[in-house]
Amino acid sequence: MNGFRAVFKRELKGYFATPVAYVFLVIFLFAAGYMTFQKGFYQMRQADMSIFFKNLPLLFAFMAPAVGMRLWAEERKSGSIELLFTLPITVSQAVIGKFLAAWTFLAIGLLLTFPVPLTVCYLGDPDIGLIITGYVGSLLMAGGFLAIGSFFSALSKNQVISVILAVVACFILMFAGLPTTLNYLAGTLPAGMLRVVESLSFQTHFDSILKGVIEFKDIAYFVILIVGWTIACSIILNERKAS
Amino acid sequence: MISVKQLRRTFGPIVAVDDVSFEVAQGDVLGFLGPNGAGKSTAMKMLACFLPPDSGTATVCGHDILKDPIAVRKSVGYLAENAPAYNEMTVGGFLNFVCDARQIRGQARNKVLDRIVPLCSVDSVYHQTIDTLSKGYRRRVGLAQALIHDPQVLILDEPTDGLDPNQKHDVRLLINEMAKDKCIIISTHILEEVELVCNRAIIIARGKILVDSTPDDLKKEHNCTLDEVFRKITAAKKSA
Repeated sequence: MNGFRAVFKRELKGYFATPVAYVFLVIFLFAAGYMTFQKGFYQMRQADMSIFFKNLPLLFAFMAPAVGMRLWAEERKSGSIELLFTLPITVSQAVIGKFLAAWTFLAIGLLLTFPVPLTVCYLGDPDIGLIITGYVGSLLMAGGFLAIGSFFSALSKNQVISVILAVVACFILMFAGLPTTLNYLAGTLPAGMLRVVESLSFQTHFDSILKGVIEFKDIAYFVILIVGWTIACSIILNERKAS
Repeated sequence: MISVKQLRRTFGPIVAVDDVSFEVAQGDVLGFLGPNGAGKSTAMKMLACFLPPDSGTATVCGHDILKDPIAVRKSVGYLAENAPAYNEMTVGGFLNFVCDARQIRGQARNKVLDRIVPLCSVDSVYHQTIDTLSKGYRRRVGLAQALIHDPQVLILDEPTDGLDPNQKHDVRLLINEMAKDKCIIISTHILEEVELVCNRAIIIARGKILVDSTPDDLKKEHNCTLDEVFRKITAAKKSA
């Protein structure tokens, strides 16, 4: 437990010790705001945040791997992994500690988008429940992308390679559920397979949470995704930490 | 306190450590000598529970490195070859992180830091980030990190590499001071260091132990300086 706490604390502080955190937060907040107000927030003449949330997957598919890439790649490249794993810290404590620190960091980013709900509340009378489920869904989605990012970060010593692989993986998981992809695949795949592809996608589950209904299968999807990729990350680290 | 039994580790076709066995008792300062790539660092990494061995095992303070690596790590202070640390952290932040990981809190932490910071003479750089430090200071921070929990067993991979002569002298004094009630393994290329601090020497080449003796016996036996003994033994093996 102590190992977990030490890693978590160090990692979260680490984001703010370098300009990384500030660069990230500024770009993230700017992009999130820009995409919301550019793409017809006012034209809709409706006080809700659906446009804001709909753009987040695209943003997180880039941002979460960028936050996750340093988790292990840097550690292995600089050799500090040798220090970390000769302290009384287990691999799983370190993996979970780092993942949660990065997730907390993304949560801080999400939290800082508070002017958007404030604007919506000022302009009209939005459904607060819908906004809360939207944030919950976004947080889960960020966690999913981040788990993928942390896995690829453990896979390669090179941060550039790890971030590219992670972004590609995130995009595959995202695009799998878009109507264009599904229509295209409908020509070649049997209906059963098509449903599998659809239910493997981030988009499907995220959209369903955005509708304001938190269903077990959607939550389970993200939880399994996070746990699965995190376990894969520990396995990879156990295998390769010293190479 | 350390007992190594037929430890073996390969990297692909290269056998880094080949059936190495030895014992180290309390009060021993063991010098681990050998040419580059002899397997010194690999053996030390296995003892510090960073690398798992392919076969064989070792016990440190009664804990098996395979069955109870966390207990081993708790009782070992380990300084790796390049003194790895987190570059973006300050020295103080880094030492506090190590205290966190080693569960040293509150009063105890203040006491430990008050002792270790002047001991490793890192007071002047305490608030500097680690990536601004010179090689010698980095190594001293690494040493501070290894000594912070006053471990029973110290494993130091080239602890004086990159230090200036004064610092080398200080580190040697420090090691001599701690030698009585600890068990210390040092790897080094500096043979005069072995004479000054070690009461045992193991020469290892291509993963195998060639000699396990004391520096004095080695000199007497071969009737020459340790430098020559080292060359004789490791060069003879190469041509064989």
